[in-house]
Amino acid sequence: MKFINIFLIISIILNFNLLKADEIKTENKIAKNLRCLICQGQSVYDSDSEFAISLKLVIKNKIQQGLSEEQIYSFLKMKYGEWILYDPVFNRNTYFLWLLPILIFLAGGAIIIKRFYNKK
Amino acid sequence: MKSKFIPLILIFIFSITFVIFFKGLKNSNIYTPNTNLKKEVPSFELKSFENNSIIISEKIFKDNKYYLMNIWASWCVPCKEEHKFLMKLKKDERIELIGFNYKDNFKNASSFLKDLGNPYNIIVSDKDGTASIEWGAYGVPESFLVHQNKIIKRFIGPINNKDLLEIEKIIR
Repeated sequence: MKFINIFLIISIILNFNLLKADEIKTENKIAKNLRCLICQGQSVYDSDSEFAISLKLVIKNKIQQGLSEEQIYSFLKMKYGEWILYDPVFNRNTYFLWLLPILIFLAGGAIIIKRFYNKK
Repeated sequence: MKSKFIPLILIFIFSITFVIFFKGLKNSNIYTPNTNLKKEVPSFELKSFENNSIIISEKIFKDNKYYLMNIWASWCVPCKEEHKFLMKLKKDERIELIGFNYKDNFKNASSFLKDLGNPYNIIVSDKDGTASIEWGAYGVPESFLVHQNKIIKRFIGPINNKDLLEIEKIIR
């Protein structure tokens, strides 16, 4: 019986650690995708400014409250605008930005294929 | 026909690229946050600065008055600069000043207020800075003009004479 209890306690602690590790991983991932608005060229993850420290704490709290990554991004977007996100969202203003590389890639591919068949 | 067509396309692509980059050069690359907001006041539950009682936002912004929510700290040098303007604003009865004591310790903050005067009607303490993030604040000092539970104007950095006149113009 004693053995089972010890085994249970150890397994709970291990699982809790895994859960915590997952939380920290998401926390860091989010912080890396956020621009520190008062720093120059630094992400929230990299910065040690008061703003970044508080923001990291907010991210941690939101994760513990059960908010998903997307929900946290949209919360921060609402508070600080889209500029806080490193990855621009796909919308009316960014269609060109997102689609241009694909268009160039397709056009380049078409030219290569055309040349290849012409040679044949 | 084909040889004429390709240079024309190339010139077209280059001219479009040129126009985009040329226009981009003229844009300011300094980020300027939007200061004219029409956002709801975020609700919060914070400890009072004087005693440890809990103060909720709904109790603070309940009247049909103007409120200036000012984020300050004793360690913040620009806060000292703006303090005299806050003291001037205190005399105006149409506005209430709410202090958000940001990441500060009680002893230093109390002596700051003792030396320079206390312009605030209510002071809440934001020990870890998370409540300020809920307001969309960048740091200290920063102020939000609130009316009818909406943030109508935001002042990033210390309040100066120009801001004071603007506030007086709005609340008139």
